[in-house]
Amino acid sequence: MEKTSKKRKKTFTRRAFLKGLGGSAAGTALASKFLRRGLAAPPQEMEAAPVHSQKTVTFSVNGRTVSLEVEPRETLLDVLRQKLNLTGTKKTCDRGECGSCTVLLDGQPVYSCLYPAIRVEGKTVTTIEGLAYGDELHPVQQAFIDKDGYQCGFCTPGFIMSSVALLNRNQKPTFPEIKTALSGNLCRCGNYVKIYEAVRTASERMRKA
Amino acid sequence: MKEHEIVDDLNLAYLEEARGKKAQGKDVPAEAGEDFKLIGQPTARIDGRLIVTGRAKFTNDLTLMNMLHAKILRSPFASAEIVSMDLSQAQNLPGVKAVIKLKEGRVKYEGEQVAAVAAISEKTAEEALQLIKVDYKILPHVVRPEKAVEEGAPQIHDSANVEKFNEYSRGDVDKGFAEAEVVLERTYKTAVEIHQTAETHASIAKLDEDRLTVWDSTQAAFSVRDGLARTLGIPTSKVRVIKTYMGGGFGSKLGLNEHTVVAARLAKETGRPVKIVLNRRENSLCVGNRPSTSITIKGGAKKDGTLVCLSMKNYTCGGVGRGDRCSEPLIDIYKCPNVKVEEYTVYTNTGASRPTRAPGHVQGTFALEGFLDELADELGLDPLELRRKNYSSANQGETGIPYSSKGLNKCYELGAAKIGWERRNKKPGEGGGKIRRGLGVASQIWWGAGVPGTLADIKIHRDGSVEVICGTQDIGCGTRTYIATIAAETLGLKPEDIAVKIGDTVYPWAPSSGGSQTTPSVAPAVRDAALKAAERLKQLVSTTLNIPASRIVLAGKKLFDKENPDVSVTFQDAAKELRREAVFHGERSDLPAGFAYNSFGAHFAEVEVDTETGQIRVAKVVAVHDVGRVINRLTAESQVVGGITQGVSTALFEERLIDDNTGQMVNPNLQGYKISTSMDIPEIVPIFVDLIDPRINNLGTKGLGEPPRIPISAAVANAVYNAIGIHLREIPMTPDKVLKALQGKEANS
Repeated sequence: MEKTSKKRKKTFTRRAFLKGLGGSAAGTALASKFLRRGLAAPPQEMEAAPVHSQKTVTFSVNGRTVSLEVEPRETLLDVLRQKLNLTGTKKTCDRGECGSCTVLLDGQPVYSCLYPAIRVEGKTVTTIEGLAYGDELHPVQQAFIDKDGYQCGFCTPGFIMSSVALLNRNQKPTFPEIKTALSGNLCRCGNYVKIYEAVRTASERMRKA
Repeated sequence: MKEHEIVDDLNLAYLEEARGKKAQGKDVPAEAGEDFKLIGQPTARIDGRLIVTGRAKFTNDLTLMNMLHAKILRSPFASAEIVSMDLSQAQNLPGVKAVIKLKEGRVKYEGEQVAAVAAISEKTAEEALQLIKVDYKILPHVVRPEKAVEEGAPQIHDSANVEKFNEYSRGDVDKGFAEAEVVLERTYKTAVEIHQTAETHASIAKLDEDRLTVWDSTQAAFSVRDGLARTLGIPTSKVRVIKTYMGGGFGSKLGLNEHTVVAARLAKETGRPVKIVLNRRENSLCVGNRPSTSITIKGGAKKDGTLVCLSMKNYTCGGVGRGDRCSEPLIDIYKCPNVKVEEYTVYTNTGASRPTRAPGHVQGTFALEGFLDELADELGLDPLELRRKNYSSANQGETGIPYSSKGLNKCYELGAAKIGWERRNKKPGEGGGKIRRGLGVASQIWWGAGVPGTLADIKIHRDGSVEVICGTQDIGCGTRTYIATIAAETLGLKPEDIAVKIGDTVYPWAPSSGGSQTTPSVAPAVRDAALKAAERLKQLVSTTLNIPASRIVLAGKKLFDKENPDVSVTFQDAAKELRREAVFHGERSDLPAGFAYNSFGAHFAEVEVDTETGQIRVAKVVAVHDVGRVINRLTAESQVVGGITQGVSTALFEERLIDDNTGQMVNPNLQGYKISTSMDIPEIVPIFVDLIDPRINNLGTKGLGEPPRIPISAAVANAVYNAIGIHLREIPMTPDKVLKALQGKEANS
């Protein structure tokens, strides 16, 4: 089932990665793997799911290398949420209109809902779960808390990823540059003004640090 | 002294008195809050870390063992008869666990539910939907209210397409018009708006024996619980609803949704948990919308601006559902002896309406405040003066009773100074040039007194740790944080010391989070519980320290003698005296009779209108609000910022578009349905008048959800009027409308 790719040899195995992810993630993902193989007894009916062609892709997520099977119709967003249990990345429109699903792909912000999972081979993905160093939040995350750069919190991961991408390429963005960089993210609660403040605060703190 | 000043001063005098007493070292009533250290300050959310790390779990982020995924097949037609339905192919698709019919006979709008599937994955469920064969007989439809009122239009329900649902009158409008020196009649129109919550609607249903547990993206856990019990015919005691995090509701998640019932039915059918998550198109079509309106106001005034009569006729279209009652602002806010209102729903073959942040008030305020500006111009008066002239210290509606507190005059004063009101065009449109600037104002009234009987418990453990438990829900306003703040303030702790447990119907009852009622319901209940806990601890410590309980103060994680602060015990030691974990029950008290409880505000907008492109840019908004005591200044500001951003969106962009011929929505997505982006946001200045209501509850606080959403669209439209000299009388004010109006003006001049 898990074909060995050239790249995979020097990386973690999927199983090792899942162990690292922790109990709940591993539980979900392993369960589906076993069920697909028909190893687990109940529920039997799972074996009968429609079969689609799959391809193994190997890529890095939040500093760990994963290798897993994806269908050509699956988006990176669905793979992150459903197969890796990284549910911090949100689905709002599922068609590239809102930015809730923004992740960093080789450092660039992309809409993961429009990105075919089969194209992620060999790339580096950073999601909202991968920003903090243990308990220490990324300065952008901390600034969103301090400036109340959110309301319901649903679009927040996407905004934070876009903001991080901006500050990675431009340490001292002007106000119009902040607005433009965030123009691909929608906040329906309408807290943009507070989000600008958060990004400006993070920018100042990162330059001082 | 003018009459209105008495009401404003009533509370200021009360505060002055409290402050005077404090200065003299006398006891100050607790509700004056003069000693508050946390309440009223900006406090970062206690759950911020969860949100910014992506660990806050929304309904769609939850996965249960053996869970199935459901999808709903919906009518593609605005009006059709289901002739036959064949589920067999879908049932035979591997991975499909159940297929159920949801509709027989006639479907009345695009998106109405027809059948549902539960399968092992979302994608399998989607595939199965395509295998359900439905034979429709297409029937004539009508989607435009102007056509639905015509003779011979296709009928939506069993009754006529136009239905009166509200009428009101006081005085005698005919007499009023006879007395009036200036009479004006104008019609204002608003479009259908879609809530477009970031998180689409989602539910998970799980049945254990005869007990149903539902995780729901909802603003109203208890209302969903009661609705499920009623719909499914099971006792309320066997239904539990849990709301974790929720990605925006704005009214579209108030109460039970059809798809939640579908999930419960499929859970029963399959014996497995079932998750259902709507997509963006479904969210656009069938979970509600703000009804459109066509409001005609005819009003008369004396030459000095005294209003003598107002009549209003509202035709409001809520699709297959009701229109919005839009007359409250006109009935209540200004002094006017003769008022007459008639409101009609117009039914069409479109999805049913739903409360949308400040239902009726957004549309009614747009019409009323626009009318006042046009009247002010007719009278040659400053629009702000016209409003002040007709200021009222008593609720003008059926009650006629005085407001418990009203800080609207203060809002006018602070807002006018901050925006620089004197910079407006004295005559609308008098400025020249390609870019025209203008200023506009609009007033706001809303309820938001909260619901008596709301419950909250405080549990103190023997180790001194504290929980607040309440069935309310945080819909993005920072409810968890102010609950912790109030408990911490009262018990002398820090917000982060308090564990807040909310969002579950097994917890004490709290009302739906809609209508600006969460804070004025929940905050006083938490305060009440905390005061009881503090009182009990003081009594226990009073024996230990051998001083009267009245001398004991809770602060800095200690209980100490206020006359000799060195005599103290830690909070932790005091908690041990409780001997076992103790629960203190808090309840939001009744509202004293004889007063009207309303919130007030005024928005001042500055706009730039590009006369070549027709584009409107909102440059600045000053928003001044009287919402009683502000509990958390940080999150309160966010409420205002959000309300204004949404209101600018309503004023300039938002409109559900439906194709007349097909009866189908052409913009059921976020590309075609325009909402404010980061490029459209004005400078926003939120100001609170901090007028603490002495009667409304033990914290003197009013709700803030609706207020900042209400006057903004009207203020922007009035500013555009001030800039170009034409009131567009219709939102959204898209560039085509602006250019058409400017061309019309040129042709007339």
